[in-house]
Amino acid sequence: MKIHEYQAKELFRAYDIAVPAGVLCETPEAIDQAVEQLGLPLAVKAQVHAGGRGKGGGVRVARTLEDARDAAAAIIGMKLVTLQTGAQGTTVHKVLAEEGVSIKNELYLSFIVNRDDASVTIMASQDGGMDIEEVAAASPERIVKVAINPLLGIQGYHVRHVVLGLQLEPAVAKKCGAMLRNLYRLFTSRDCSLLEINPLIVTEEDDLIALDAKIDIDSNALYRQKDIAAMRDPLEEDPHELEAAKYDLNYIKLDGTIGNMVNGAGLAMATMDIIKQAGAEPANFLDVGGGADAEKVENGFRIILSDPNVKGILINIFGGILRCDVLAQGVVQAAQTIGLGVPVVVRMEGTNVEEGRRILAESGLDLINAVTLSDAAEKVAGISGR
Amino acid sequence: MAIFADSSTRLIVQGITGQEGQFHTRQCIAYGTNVVAGVTPGKGGQKMDQVQVFNSVLEARQATGANSSMIFVPPPFAAEAILEAADAGIDLIVCITEGIPVMDMLRVKNYLATTDSRLIGPNCPGIITPGACKIGIMPASIHQSGGPFGVVSRSGTLTYEVVHQLSQEGFGQTTCVGIGGDPVNGTGFIDCLEAFEADADTKAVVLVGEIGGSAEEEAAAWIKENMSKPVVGFIAGLTAPPGRRMGHAGAIVSGGSGTAAAKIEAMEAAGINVCRDLGTLGRLCKEVYE
Repeated sequence: MKIHEYQAKELFRAYDIAVPAGVLCETPEAIDQAVEQLGLPLAVKAQVHAGGRGKGGGVRVARTLEDARDAAAAIIGMKLVTLQTGAQGTTVHKVLAEEGVSIKNELYLSFIVNRDDASVTIMASQDGGMDIEEVAAASPERIVKVAINPLLGIQGYHVRHVVLGLQLEPAVAKKCGAMLRNLYRLFTSRDCSLLEINPLIVTEEDDLIALDAKIDIDSNALYRQKDIAAMRDPLEEDPHELEAAKYDLNYIKLDGTIGNMVNGAGLAMATMDIIKQAGAEPANFLDVGGGADAEKVENGFRIILSDPNVKGILINIFGGILRCDVLAQGVVQAAQTIGLGVPVVVRMEGTNVEEGRRILAESGLDLINAVTLSDAAEKVAGISGR
Repeated sequence: MAIFADSSTRLIVQGITGQEGQFHTRQCIAYGTNVVAGVTPGKGGQKMDQVQVFNSVLEARQATGANSSMIFVPPPFAAEAILEAADAGIDLIVCITEGIPVMDMLRVKNYLATTDSRLIGPNCPGIITPGACKIGIMPASIHQSGGPFGVVSRSGTLTYEVVHQLSQEGFGQTTCVGIGGDPVNGTGFIDCLEAFEADADTKAVVLVGEIGGSAEEEAAAWIKENMSKPVVGFIAGLTAPPGRRMGHAGAIVSGGSGTAAAKIEAMEAAGINVCRDLGTLGRLCKEVYE
């Protein structure tokens, strides 16, 4: 789960990690109060989950009250387009106003869960403020990586390794050590999957301040991070996906025209790929899960059909725990209550497949049956060409 | 012959009294798996059907000589259940549970490295040696015993599809291992490939991967150096958009790495027969085998 910069900085404060003083503004008018509190100059930063805000015009520096008002008015409500939002952009609903700080040096610092060696890995670089993937490609020697075994926790030599790599002066190095330990504590105790500070700045006074803050939280751990779970911002999420989550369906909206409903994530991805090979584009990813019942299948249909781009649907179920007869009942139920306005190809295999096929055949519904996956692909190609 | 699980398996089920634990224990017993005990803290002394329930894994192992465990414990307690099994000296631990926090799995993985226990999963369908032993939730009927194919996969239902196609073509399976869809798991592709390479009855292997991480690339490099048996590969997620988790916690393309295209390229460069069209996987296996 992603959280906003201002929320990440609240967590930073709770773990004694220095951040600039800031005020969240949800309306342009609120900026006056922020200026009064923080003084000038100040930064006005769009609060959206997508990265690359600066390049998209979502971050401005204001030197006067007028500037600040202009910036807040311009950013709140704007459609921010960045590399990560796609061409349609994302609407900005609030801004973070922050005090100006004197920058001597910009650094990069991140913590990640490293799946390859089962460590918490720190990445740091002297090249702060830049896209770290570009740094990694152009000058990998300027990135220092330190892997920490979570059974050991962060040790002195880990800290020294990072500090040496960043070539910090002694006064700053000491502060960096304390910050690294606090960040490690935050990262591991709050179930972060990613924590990134870019830039981390050294001020003229030799203080270390997190000018930006990005945190992703492990969704599997939200049951024990209830305060963070409450930070979820529904405005940042696709309404179809929110609706699907209510029914415990795993749905991701895509740009194509062929909707699909599958049990199991791997088979769902493979089914999307089959749609593409058939010359069409998938409209979604939808994993109804192993324990789906007729009602879940019906809700899945409703969500797929709420996307106006959908011109046809492919259902691909490999019956295991989810039996084919249960799926078939769900399809019939959905067709009766919401109506299927588009052609539907059904491919079932596995547990109780004969019973499932019988239910569909006797329903009188206009469904297109497919036996194998290749058969399903051909039939999808057929409906997408209509 | 088979890998990791066979007729010598003596299985306990952790979380045997829960709904899923009960259902799948019955399915495994019906298949012929030797289920010797169950474990649910606080329910020691009870029975689930004919299976004796114990309060702890250690008690269950001492009383029954169990060597394997299947875990259906809910996510908040599943990591601890794995550690308990390892500390009780269980050789093979199969964790079906989906949704374990990754921070828990980091600690489990590092701890298991100091023990002799093998973990399969979590977030996996389990392992089956057709005709001998089923430890997991896969539908039994699609499998065929006797080999010649070994199957290893990060997915559940996608594996069933692959196994079904193999059986349709008349090919049995020595052992099918679902290693799970989480970013941090126990047994990996290479562990399974090593075991299949050493298993006389396994003549060829199907490797089913998906987007995210670099396990498939590492497996490809290992195959190139060490594997004498033919390998058929499949990667799901060519159309998956970057930055989105596709259902499985580990299935995500981030920062340009972990893409299906890169994995397919690495596998083809290692001489693996990569299937581009899932509908034809069974036929490709036939061609490769013959």
